[in-house]
Amino acid sequence: MKRLVVAYVCGLLFAVGLGISGMTHPSKVMAFLDVTGDWDPSLALVMGSGVLVNFVFFRMATRRGAPFLAPSFSLPAKTAVDASLVGGAALFGVGWGLGGFCPGPAIVSVVTGATPVVAFVVAMLLAMGVYDLMEARAASRRLLPVPGGR
Amino acid sequence: MSHFTPGAATLGGLLLGIASSLLFVANGRILGISGIVGQIPLTTGSDRSWRLVFLLGLLTGGLVLLGFDRSMLAFASEQTVPTAVAAGVLVGVGTRLGNGCTSGHGLCGIARLSRRSIVATLVFMATGALTVFVVRHVLHLGGGVS
Repeated sequence: MKRLVVAYVCGLLFAVGLGISGMTHPSKVMAFLDVTGDWDPSLALVMGSGVLVNFVFFRMATRRGAPFLAPSFSLPAKTAVDASLVGGAALFGVGWGLGGFCPGPAIVSVVTGATPVVAFVVAMLLAMGVYDLMEARAASRRLLPVPGGR
Repeated sequence: MSHFTPGAATLGGLLLGIASSLLFVANGRILGISGIVGQIPLTTGSDRSWRLVFLLGLLTGGLVLLGFDRSMLAFASEQTVPTAVAAGVLVGVGTRLGNGCTSGHGLCGIARLSRRSIVATLVFMATGALTVFVVRHVLHLGGGVS
């Protein structure tokens, strides 16, 4: 129960942080990415101050050995830089530059009901779902015995 | 640099840090929006419920912003629907393939000094900037007018 309360509060604080920082405005994100135009460095400060807070607290938490409300930290298992990481990040960047939205600000902005925002979020969620379905199929095919047996 | 808002950017960034630190310190979870939300259909039980509650928190935060000051959200459409759909598909596939977005890789991964996250952030910043350059200065489509 406590963990759910924390999750809710974190979601709420994160949304408010996005709003205050201005990252809920695609035009502001695009102005950061427009390095050769009328550049707005705001996003760098948003990321810098956020990373600074995380750097301090993540270290303290890791030194403590375990989180307060869970038996252990859930960290990504992968550590190698591979083609899917680079390819995925590259595709994400193109979409981010095209729409000025990354997942967080887009989901938060859905409450406006603005058509392009809703269209973005629905397309994003469907794409994620289709990707995961194809992944699951590919994984199950890998488990099947190869005809002719190798 | 006519739209630079250093005060609001720093304050908002600190809040993003506090939210993601709290989730890590208390629940041991990385605050990565694409992973948390994207894995809702793939999880069950308590691993699914915290994700749903987090999503509810995000939407509540959106409503708080809307109630406090409507101009804090992109209310006026800043893009056309076809562009939004294309961008949404790219962001959806890209974040699943690359295991994260601006929050998980950018805010949390860099703070953990994860090599994967540092590389991912550099790559999506670069392709993002390149995309805006091509759209605005090569094709002269001037998107994102607020």
